[in-house]
Amino acid sequence: MSEHHSHGHEHQHDHDHSHLSEMDARVRALESLLSEKGYIDPIALDLIVETYETRIGPQNGAHVVAKAWSDPDYFDWLIQDATAAIHSLGYASRQGEHMVAVANSSDVHHMVVCTLCSCYPWSVLGLPPTWYKSPPYRAKAVIDPRGVLEDFGIKLPKSRAVEVHDSTAETRYLVIPQRPGGTDGWDEKQLAKLVTRNSMIGTGFALDAKDVA
Amino acid sequence: MNGGADLGGMMGFGPVVEEDNEPNFHALWEERAMAMVVAMGACGQWNLDQSRFSRESLPPASYLSFPYYRIWIEGLQKLLLETNMATPDEIASGNMSQPAKAVPRIMEAANVDDMLSAGGPVDRKPNRKPGFGEGNTVRTLNIHPEGHTRLPRYARGKIGIISRVLGFHVFPDSNARGKGEAPQWLYQIRFSARELWGDDKNPRDAVTLDLWEPYIERP
Repeated sequence: MSEHHSHGHEHQHDHDHSHLSEMDARVRALESLLSEKGYIDPIALDLIVETYETRIGPQNGAHVVAKAWSDPDYFDWLIQDATAAIHSLGYASRQGEHMVAVANSSDVHHMVVCTLCSCYPWSVLGLPPTWYKSPPYRAKAVIDPRGVLEDFGIKLPKSRAVEVHDSTAETRYLVIPQRPGGTDGWDEKQLAKLVTRNSMIGTGFALDAKDVA
Repeated sequence: MNGGADLGGMMGFGPVVEEDNEPNFHALWEERAMAMVVAMGACGQWNLDQSRFSRESLPPASYLSFPYYRIWIEGLQKLLLETNMATPDEIASGNMSQPAKAVPRIMEAANVDDMLSAGGPVDRKPNRKPGFGEGNTVRTLNIHPEGHTRLPRYARGKIGIISRVLGFHVFPDSNARGKGEAPQWLYQIRFSARELWGDDKNPRDAVTLDLWEPYIERP
């Protein structure tokens, strides 16, 4: 494999090492076979990884949200036709072909899950975190979303409705978090710094103005 | 299918735990597995729905315990065998012993940007009008197909209200069986938490699912 991958992550603490090395050997063998057969181009694999490590990630979604906070016309467009509004900013790529945006308010809190697999808006949020793909979240988000929010340190008032979106088709959901107070006059770049990945999944809020000041 | 992937409403997994500053990949093999699965899709030997079914049809105990990218690798191996792109011996050894299958294209380095940007839209030109509209009350069917479906167990036989007409989309139940795209009208349908889970749920809470017309009927 190329030196491209020499930034080997050292995050194996929670995993069994023999199991990991077994997977490492299996995936190496598979890549070698598929490459020998001419089905894959290993350099293309490097580029796919690099794309999601550097170019496609939650910074894209944060830009969308910051623009929606700054520009009421854009917000309306996003709610009416999220696919077109998001693609207009250049964020058109796989797992973002059909978008729906939902806006959080003091009346309703939206949260996104894929109970059946791991559908996630890659074009605006990048690759999903492990918790999003794992059984605890996928099982609990639809039956006990308020409990999930408590796992993330958030207690919502009973009066605020929770609406969970189970991504059972190719529609991908982006949550527009509420704009934090104390941000009047901030430009899009400043606002984008407040927009966390979890706030766009609905398992968090945007940061407070003072957190990034 | 009623497999290990259909997780909505299961209990006993404990709290959702987020890893601090989680990287995209925890090991080199995860990077290669993700990229390999994305790249292999370009060969055109299977579609998205067949690829999902290859994962969800793992034995439930395996599905529930494997790291996520291992599920992808197991699914990929199944597809390689089913489509005669590789033999079990080749997969075990990592060495080619049979000629490669002719494929219409592969994802080459020069095409990565274009292919990732193009994605794979699944909306098709409608050849009929939607059978339902926003605000209609519908009931989901009580079906338990052994093949692929996107109607989860927890939402079968339930009453909901159509909240959006999403378009005319490829029907996974057909596409995953290799029986063609057979596009159908797709709806976002809103179910109250009480309809799905009982009367102790907050009366204002709801879950929406995106469901195709063949999954629903007039109540």
